[in-house]
Order: sequence, then C-alpha cells, then structure tokens
Amino acid sequence: MSAEPVRTVAFGVNGETREATIPVRRTLGDVLRHDFGLTGTHLGCEHGVCGACTVLLDGRAVRACLMLAVQAEGHEIRTVEGLADAAGALHPLQQAFCDHHGLQCGFCTPGMLTTLVEFLADCPDPTAAQVRVAISGNLCRCTGYESIVAAVLDAAARMRAA
Amino acid sequence: MKPPVFEYHRPASLTEAVDMLGGLENARLLAGGQSLMPMLAMRFAFPDHLIDLNRIPALAGIAEDGGTLRVGAMTRQRDLLDHPVVRARLPMLAEALEQVGHRQTRNRGTVGGSLCHLDPAAELVAVATALDAELEIAGPRGARTLPMAAFPLGFMTPALEPDELLTGLRFALPALPQGACFTEFARRHGDYAIVSAAAILWPRDGRIGRASITLGGVGPVPVRLEAAEAALAGQRADAESFAAAAACCGALDPMDDAQVPAWYRRRLAATLVRRALTTAWERADVR
Amino acid sequence: MSAAGEKDYQASPSPRLAPGAGRVVGQRVTRLEDAPLVRGDGMFAADVSFPRQLAMRVVRSPIAHGRLLSIDTAAARALPGVHAVWTAADVADIPPIPFRATKVRGLEPYCQPILAAGRVRYAGEPLAVVFADDAYLAEDAADLVVPDIEELPPVLDATAEPAEFLPGHSTEPTVVRKEYGDVAAAFRDAHAIVELALSVGRHSGVPLETRGAIARYDASRDLLELHGAAKKQHWNRDEIARLLGRPPAGVHLFEGHVGGGFGVRGELYPEDLLVCLAALRLRRPVKWIEDRREHMVATNHSRQQHHRIRAAVDGQGRLLAIDDVFFHDQGGYVRTHGARVVDLAAGMLPGPYRLPAYRVAGHFRLTNKTPAATYRAPGRFETTFVRERVMDAIAARLGLDRVEVRRRNLVTPAEMPHARPLDTLGTAVVLDSGDYPGLLDTALDRFGWTALQADLARRRGAGECVGAGIGFFVEKSGLGPSDGVRIAVDKTGGVELISGAASVGQGVETVLAQICAEALGIDYRRVRVVRGRTDRIEFGNGAHASRVTVMSGSATYRAALAVRAMALETAAGLLQAAASELSIVDGHVVRLADPGAPLMPLGEVARHMGPDSALMVGRTPGLSAERWFHSAHMTYPYGVHLAVVRIDRGTGEVRVERYLVANDIGRAINPMLVEGQLAGGFVQGLGGALFEEFRYDETGQPLSTTFADYLIPTLAEVPPLDLIVSEQAPSPLNPLGVKGAGEGGTNGVGAAIASAVDDALRRPGAVVSLPILPRTVHALLRT
Ligand SMILES: Cc1cc2nc3c(=O)[nH]c(=O)nc-3n(C[C@@H](O)[C@H](O)[C@H](O)COP(=O)(O)OP(=O)(O)OC[C@H]3O[C@@H](n4cnc5c(N)ncnc54)[C@H](O)[C@@H]3O)c2cc1C
Ligand code: FES
Ligand code: FES
Repeated sequence: MSAEPVRTVAFGVNGETREATIPVRRTLGDVLRHDFGLTGTHLGCEHGVCGACTVLLDGRAVRACLMLAVQAEGHEIRTVEGLADAAGALHPLQQAFCDHHGLQCGFCTPGMLTTLVEFLADCPDPTAAQVRVAISGNLCRCTGYESIVAAVLDAAARMRAA
Repeated sequence: MKPPVFEYHRPASLTEAVDMLGGLENARLLAGGQSLMPMLAMRFAFPDHLIDLNRIPALAGIAEDGGTLRVGAMTRQRDLLDHPVVRARLPMLAEALEQVGHRQTRNRGTVGGSLCHLDPAAELVAVATALDAELEIAGPRGARTLPMAAFPLGFMTPALEPDELLTGLRFALPALPQGACFTEFARRHGDYAIVSAAAILWPRDGRIGRASITLGGVGPVPVRLEAAEAALAGQRADAESFAAAAACCGALDPMDDAQVPAWYRRRLAATLVRRALTTAWERADVR
Repeated sequence: MSAAGEKDYQASPSPRLAPGAGRVVGQRVTRLEDAPLVRGDGMFAADVSFPRQLAMRVVRSPIAHGRLLSIDTAAARALPGVHAVWTAADVADIPPIPFRATKVRGLEPYCQPILAAGRVRYAGEPLAVVFADDAYLAEDAADLVVPDIEELPPVLDATAEPAEFLPGHSTEPTVVRKEYGDVAAAFRDAHAIVELALSVGRHSGVPLETRGAIARYDASRDLLELHGAAKKQHWNRDEIARLLGRPPAGVHLFEGHVGGGFGVRGELYPEDLLVCLAALRLRRPVKWIEDRREHMVATNHSRQQHHRIRAAVDGQGRLLAIDDVFFHDQGGYVRTHGARVVDLAAGMLPGPYRLPAYRVAGHFRLTNKTPAATYRAPGRFETTFVRERVMDAIAARLGLDRVEVRRRNLVTPAEMPHARPLDTLGTAVVLDSGDYPGLLDTALDRFGWTALQADLARRRGAGECVGAGIGFFVEKSGLGPSDGVRIAVDKTGGVELISGAASVGQGVETVLAQICAEALGIDYRRVRVVRGRTDRIEFGNGAHASRVTVMSGSATYRAALAVRAMALETAAGLLQAAASELSIVDGHVVRLADPGAPLMPLGEVARHMGPDSALMVGRTPGLSAERWFHSAHMTYPYGVHLAVVRIDRGTGEVRVERYLVANDIGRAINPMLVEGQLAGGFVQGLGGALFEEFRYDETGQPLSTTFADYLIPTLAEVPPLDLIVSEQAPSPLNPLGVKGAGEGGTNGVGAAIASAVDDALRRPGAVVSLPILPRTVHALLRT
C-alpha cells in the first residue's frame, strides 16, 4: 500500500464528542493517548493480554489496544479520566484503591478501575471469589493483587450504601 | 507493535460485505478483533483491506427457533454466555464460554470469529463440535450450511472459500435428558486451553445410552473419541467404565512441541475425559 | 546544592528514632503518590511528548549468533516520513555501554555496542535504528531494513565448555571465587555428604510498563534532556555525558512515573544513548517506546543459574562445609551490573546458617541469549532455592525433621553481629542483627505448622497429594556508601524534600515524607518530595538494592532534625524562650509544657529566616538543611516462607493453597507499604517458582516473547497470603533501625514451594529445577 488511508471519526469520550482525522490503522488506545491527550489509558502489551488499556465502550469493558479508533465511530468511550465526578471527587473505586494500597506503580490501575466499573454495575454485591475472576484479565506486577480485592469489596459496599 | 497499513471498509449489510469480500484483493474480515488485532500488531498478518463486520446488524443476535438456538456470527461471546436459553438448555456452552479469555475479551470477541480463527485450543471450536452445531455460510454463490464436524479442514483452516463468510450457527436444543460437561487444562485462568474435553452422556435405564466425547487442543482440529464413545454405549456409568474410556486417549497421536510434548497431551486428555464423563454423569437426569 | 541556612546544627551523632510507632512513622497512612495515578494523571515515559518529536524504532537481530555481513537500509530510507536510518557505522564513535565497577576485572571486551558491529550475539540485539514521523511509520520502515547475517552455531548452555567470544577472549570472562575455612578437612571428616545439581530458570522483572526514552536537545542552553529515566539517574547521566563527550552539567535526566522497576528498569541500555545521540544530531526531540515483544528480548533477563553443590554435615545435621560450583548464564553481553549477580550469589549463599567452611566458584558465562542482570532479590532467590534444597536434603539423609535441621544451624541472637570471612559487593558480610530462631517459631506458630502436619497426613490418607514447605532466607539492603537529602521549608510551611533517590513505584515519596514529618513535627502531606532528577541535586544513588528507605530515609531523618533544630533556635529568639523548651507539633512551634497551644506556624519561622529578614544579616538565609548518611555496611533483613501446595495428580498442576511470608525489617515506616512490597514480591517469586520462563529453541530463537507465552501470574493463581512484618531486630546501622523491605517477599518463594512439592510427592529431592512445570510434576508422579 502506498498512501496511508485516513478517515475522520467522531465519538464520545467521557461525555464529550471528539473528532479527529486519523490513519485508519491507528488503534483506539493510540488515538485516546496521542490525538486526544488522554494518557491515562496505558499500553502494557498491545496484544490484548495485560488489560492496562481497558476502557468502557458503551459501558462495557474492552481492550483499547484491540480496537481501531475508526471502529468507535458513534460510540461512547469512558476512560479513567472520566471516572471522577464533575466536581473532581474520586469515584468510590478510586478512593478505595488509595485507602487500601491497591496500587503501587499505578500503571495497571486505570485498566483495573475501568474493568471494575463495569463489573460492579453488573454485580454490585460481589464475593471475593467473583472479584478474583473479574480482574483476572488485568495483570498487575506490583501489588500481589490482594489489596485490590480488598479495595473492590470496600468500594462495592460504599457504592451500595450511597 | 503497530498494525501495518491497510484500507478500512465498513459494510452496512451482508450483501455489501459479500461483494467486498469477492471484489477486494487480499481482504480480511474484522469481527471482534481479539485475535486479528494482535496478529496485526505483531505483523503476522498483512491484509490490504479490512472489512469490518461490526456494523451489520443482521449478523448479530440470538434467537430460539423451535428446537434450535440460532446465533449470529457477530454475536459477542459475552452475550451468548449471558443468554438465558444458553444457561438453561446448553449449560456446557456457557461452561466453555466462561473459559474463553476474560470478561473484556468476551465483551468484544464474537462467536463466529472464534470459530473462523479456528485455534486448535479454542473452547468454542471444541464445544461447537461436541454439540454438532450447524454453520451458516454466505458467499457470492448464495448461502449454504455445513456441519461443524466438516468445518475445520486443518490447522487454523476453516472450510470457507476466500469469498465466503460465516453468518451464523445453530445449536439443536437437547430434547432427551442428558448430562454434559466441558473441562479444560490451562496454565492460567483465561488462557487458551492446552487440552479440553467436552462430554455428553445420554442415560438409558440407569446406564449410559449414548456418549459423545470431543477433545480440543490435542490435534490441529477437534477430535471425537469414537472408540470410547462406542465402548461406553450400554455400559454402567462407573469409575471403571470412565477409566476405560479415558484409556482410549492412549491411542491418540497429539501435537508435539517443546512446551507440551505429545505424551503429556495424551495424559492430560485422559485425565480430562475421565473428569468430564464423571461430571457429565453427575449432571445427567437419570431418574 | 549549597550548604544553606545553618550554622552548625549537626544532628550528630545520628540520634536514633525511638522504637515503636511514632505520630506518623509506623502508621498506615495513605500514599502521596496515589491521587494523580488513580485519576489517570500520571506521567509515565510514553506519556511524555514534545512538539516536533520523531519516533525511533530499533531493528533487531532475528538470529541468535552470527556474522553481520551487511545491512540494506535503502528501502527504509526511501519511505516517506523517514528522517534517518543508522547502523553501527553511523555510531562508531560511541563506546560500548559500560558497567559499574566491582572488584572483578577484565569485563570490558564483553560490553555491548549500542548497535551491533560485526557480530550479533542474541536474537533481539539492536542492529539499526530508524527515525520517522511517528511510531507506525517507524515500524513500517524498520520492516524494510534487511540485515545479511551469516549464522554461527549459538552457545545456549552455560554449563558447556566455554567457547570463543572474541579471539583471545573466551565466553567465560571471570570466575568469582570465595573461600574460607578448611573445606577439604570438613568433607574428609564429615558424617555425611549431600550432593545436588540444581537449576533456576531464566526469568525477570518484566514490569507492566515497558521501557521508554525521550531525548531533546535545547541548543539555546546547550542542554540535553533525557526523560523516562529511572533507578540510576546520576550514574546514567554521568555515563551518557562521558560517552557523548559532553560535560555532565549539560545533560539532565528526568524520572516521571515509573511502571515498575524490579531491577531491570532504569539501567543504561543502548536505546538510551541512541535517543540522546539522535536528539543531538537530528535537532529534534526523539521518542522511543519499547513494545512488549521487544521488551521480552531487549530488557535484562535474570536468574538463570545451574549449581553443583555439596554439603558436609556432622551426625546432628550441622553444616560443616559447603562447596558450590555454579554456572551463571549471562546472555550475549556484560551489562551495567558487570558480574554483580554472580558475586551476590556467591556471597549470600550461606544465608542464615552457621557455616564453618565455605568454597564457591561462580562461573560467569556468556551465551547467545538476551543479556542478564539483576531482578528483585538477585543472587538470593537463586541461592535460597539452592541452599534450602540442601537443608531439605540433609534432613532426608539423616532422617531428621526439616524444621529441626534448620533450627540446629541457624545463627542465634547471641552470635549477632555475625561476621563471615566473606565479602559481597565489596563489603564484608556481617549479619548485623536478628533473632532467626525466634522468627522461625513465630512463623511456624502463626501458620499452625504442627496442626498442619496432621491435617496434611489426614488429607493424604484420603488420597490428596498435598504438602508443606519451608524456606529461610537472609536478604541484604541499604547498600552504601552514602545518600544526601536537602529539606527546605517555605513561607507557607510547605516542605520540599530533594533527594537523589529514585522511585519505581514503591512509595518512596510517602516514606520519605513520613520520616521528614516525624522528625520535623508536621503533616506528612505538606512534604513535596523531589526525586529522580539530576537537575535539582548533583548526587544520587537512585533506587535499587532495597536501599532507599535505609540510605535516603536516614539522610532525610538527619536533615529534618537539622531543620527542626534551626527552626526552634529561631523561634526561641522570636518568642523569647529557650529552644530546649520548645517543640514543633502539627507544623506549629509550641511550648513543651503546653503542646496543645500553637505559638507560631513553621512558615512564619521560615519567613523570619528569609533573605530579607533582619535576623539573617550576616548569615546564610533559609530554613533548610542538607544532610548525608554514610554506611560502610549493608543491613540484613531475614525471614521465613511457608507454603502449602496441592498437586493435581491428573495434570501435575501445582496449586499453592496457603502461603506465609515472615520478614524482619527492623522497623516499618509504613506497615501498609511494607505489606504491599511483600505481597507484590511474593507474586513475582511465585511466577519464578511455577510459571515464568524465557525459553529458547535449539537455534537460540526466543519462545517467550508475548504475555501469552511468558506467564505472569494473574489474580486467579495467587493464594491467600499471610504476612508477618516483624520489627524484632532494628538495625544498629542507621538511626531509624530500618532494613530494606523490597526483596524479602520474593527471596524464599522458589525454596518454599520446592520443599512443599517434594513433601506432597513424598519424595525428598524430587524438585531440582525452577520453574516447577506441571508436566515435570506429572512425570514425577508416574515414576
Ligand atoms: C487475552 C486474550 C485471551 C484469549 N483467550 C482465549 C481463550 O482462552 N480461548 C479462545 O478460544 N480464545 C481466546 N482468545 C481469542 C478470542 O477472544 C477471540 O475472540 C477469537 O479467537 C476471535 O474472535 P473475534 O471475534 O475477536 O475475531 P477476529 O479476531 O476479528 O477474527 C479472527 C479471524 O476470524 C476471521 N473471521 C472473523 N469473523 C468471521 C466470519 N464471520 N466469517 C469468516 N471469517 C471470520 C477473521 O478474518 C480473522 O481471521 C483470547 C484473546 C485474548 C486477547
Ligand atoms: S495494552 Fe491492551 S491489553 Fe495490554
Ligand atoms: S501497581 Fe504496578 S502494575 Fe499494578
């Protein structure tokens, strides 16, 4: 192929419509990070295994490295930057991660959080065993995971009480 | 790990997709992207055209139709897993789907994509074989159907012409009482199976009337353990018969590589067959 | 950094922080680091971008060993958007990557050139670099670069006879030998001798963030900046400056957020120099972000060793001597650590046991694989596995209980400090403090070891394949020689703490802030910690070897005490009181007699010490101090790992059911963070024990190049973990009493799990290599 095919796409990102003219081969992860400056979505493997790039696509957790940005056309994407409320208050999951030392380097954290937002929406009162399965698709190299499980159970309780 | 250059197409209908597939040189279909995107990122695949099937509503959806469940090729694995009919009537399918990747990959990965990708270790490939699914295929010469058993031609090679695509599949909803179990061995949760086994037992008069045993990950395509199926028919459902059935795995000629030598695959197969049969029988309604 | 605002408030001679928890030291406070990280506001290497930047892509050798005949770059150069393509000829003026000196000599010929010249020595070695408008184009162009390599037979086994590396240089640059006592006599007189051959597989840190390096050159100030740095900023800065022929002050390194270090991140690699050189030559910012497949072949591997060990014991199972010969698989080149891992392995192998005589020969050997260096608990994960296998073997040989054999050999508190006629990393090995038997008992008790044995027997009777295992370890931490910290209080009472330390995600900022806050009497959240940059402080030792809390923490404590003394003296003058009657509580000066009544905020004191304050006439202004902490010795944390495993007879799979790590670290500045270190370290150890391995085929092709082949444990593989953070034995070597906590969680995992698998199989000595693979266990079950 010679000239690089491009397209103009528009999709919602954290409640705002964003538009960009981009090469069609650019992944959603790269477009969020480079074209939209939302570098909170991390790329740890770019082949779908680590989960660091997880974002919400119409509310469902998906790997941003395994989607072309042009495929997001017309959809709504939510990233870690869109989790805190409008006033900037942390999402209960974010707060619980801080309180329970659910992060060390923080590289895996955005993908954990987005995955868990969907999970807790589906399963507001999970058992520890369910949490363990829910984030088994997100690698963390620092925490040993247990503190994350504690954070999720705490966040779920806070969200139920709210 | 950035995909190579390609042209991107987004057909809105099946006809349009079929036309594109027939008309474009070196084109590749993009379904959930959970296998194709990594292949592009690693530059194992160099298509000139990607035809995105995600905007063809008719390709997705699950419908119960008489005694069958029809699943569109673009149905997300997650949606099939959550479907009440699957949970109630095809629990083995749900059991297999739960072991396909992770929540995030199932949210995007499709049923048709998994079958067409045809990884020898893919859970859906094994279970669709075990359940004798019927595949619906569309192409410029019209539509055709194919039993799942005839779909894998060889290692990651589906029985599709270059201008054909999978549009859906049908599972017969079991009428007779039966017990079924899908079980696998993987190194980590969510990994592809190294070996998997799907067993279905139809009880008759307190004994095994008929048995179906399918192994994934043993050969390049799923293997039906016909010798064991025949041996089990009419037998008492006890540890002895199941062990005898498992022993048939000794005759398998599995794939052999440095990580998973053939002898180990054979033993895994025997273990999983025994376990799948045991659980299937526990689940069978023998009253 | 200038000696500022102080007369001579020497916080000397290192007053010690009182034992027990303080107001903020010893508390489980939340981390200062977290807020930006949970919001997605972090600044990791890949998040750094500059206008007009070019993307760099490395073309890597597809072949493990060969003669590089030519490289055709014409097609790549012709691609639109490509600005330059370099091969070795373009960088011939840059010397190879150096290593940090140790006593070992003669390693220079083995150092890695930044682009391969003449020979390629591992699959993944950089051959050429492409600079293009973006990362996609750069990768397109890199695919068009065609190297012509004449293949040579690869050396893949470090135990085979050494081959030729270069004419006149064999693939064994050095053998690290250490010896004391009469080893021959001990073996001659031994009651029994056990002999084992043991291997540890190749695995490594594999942080979740890959490496990245972004360089830019500011011609207006003649300043070269490298972003994405980590771990060893100052050493790397000095070396980059030297290799590029620039003054060190004209090169600055910046560490942003770092997505895990574990030993591998932040070393000086070819790519760091290549981006710097390109920024200088191309006069545009240059960004390189390693991709995951590159990471698996380009970033340091670690661990691979084969030991042939013999131990002589008396009739009671007491060690008389150990004689170990081991082979360290270094991979294609010597990297920045030189032969450190071999040296550490040799020096730390005896661990917690009384050992009258010892001889070790560590063969440092090059092979055609990715170069290796340190990974969390370097040389210790390996030798703890080896030594503890030996202890289990002794128990089996003499028919003794595994715990009892260890008890008989542990160095006792009465023998502390325990000097060994041995050195490692250039310092004498002196076990500084500890109650090894005491911690063993505590751990066994907490684990319910005795009841557990009965329970396991019962389960075995019911047909299960279950077992328990133990591994005792000694760590090392707080490698000197020195670290400095500068603390300054501003007019609002805010505190800036500048340290030469680095952070790779462990919580360094919070820990230093806690220590500072404790000494100064302020809220730790008012401390802003600056680390990981060479432009704010001219010396630094970075973050490695579990040294930050010990070294930078102690320097912080001393600097904060100095600032406190200055503040009290100034306040005393202002308040017409004696400094000895005053204190600082919650950021306010108070009278000791009435600590509840704030008299003056610290910021106010700082204002009175400003350059325009009448009080400072004739003095250096500023409420600030710089202090250093020096240490000639390392401090030795220690601990026990206990494991219960269940083996699936049908598949050979080993599941860890329960696990305990007990680790004495002298003092926990923040127990929550210590637990995090232990838990995270444990899971990495679990990876090395059961899952992770860089495998190669017989031609030297790497087989573990994705996250689907290199198996990092997910949450589903991790068992419930119990932790004992013990503070029984504060280190006498620093004012805080701390020992490093970074590596104890990893150290003993291979040992304890191997011991448990043996126990489950009822076959002492069955496990001889790590990782313990299901198929190996399955085969053992059948034989
Ligand atoms: C981390 C991770 C873990 C995984 N674990 C597992 C696992 O345990 N088990 C497992 O089975 N899979 C696993 N997968 C792969 C699975 O998720 C994919 O969904 C599946 O293999 C492919 O489906 P897809 O819809 O994503 O297809 P795509 O990746 O889009 O396509 C796959 C291939 O099928 C072709 N294709 C797709 N649809 C059609 C069609 N309708 N007609 C003709 N050809 C078509 C494409 O051209 C392509 O060649 C994993 C993936 C990831 C990223
Ligand atoms: S970067 Fe997408 S899963 Fe790892
Ligand atoms: S906190 Fe570092 S990877 Fe999870």
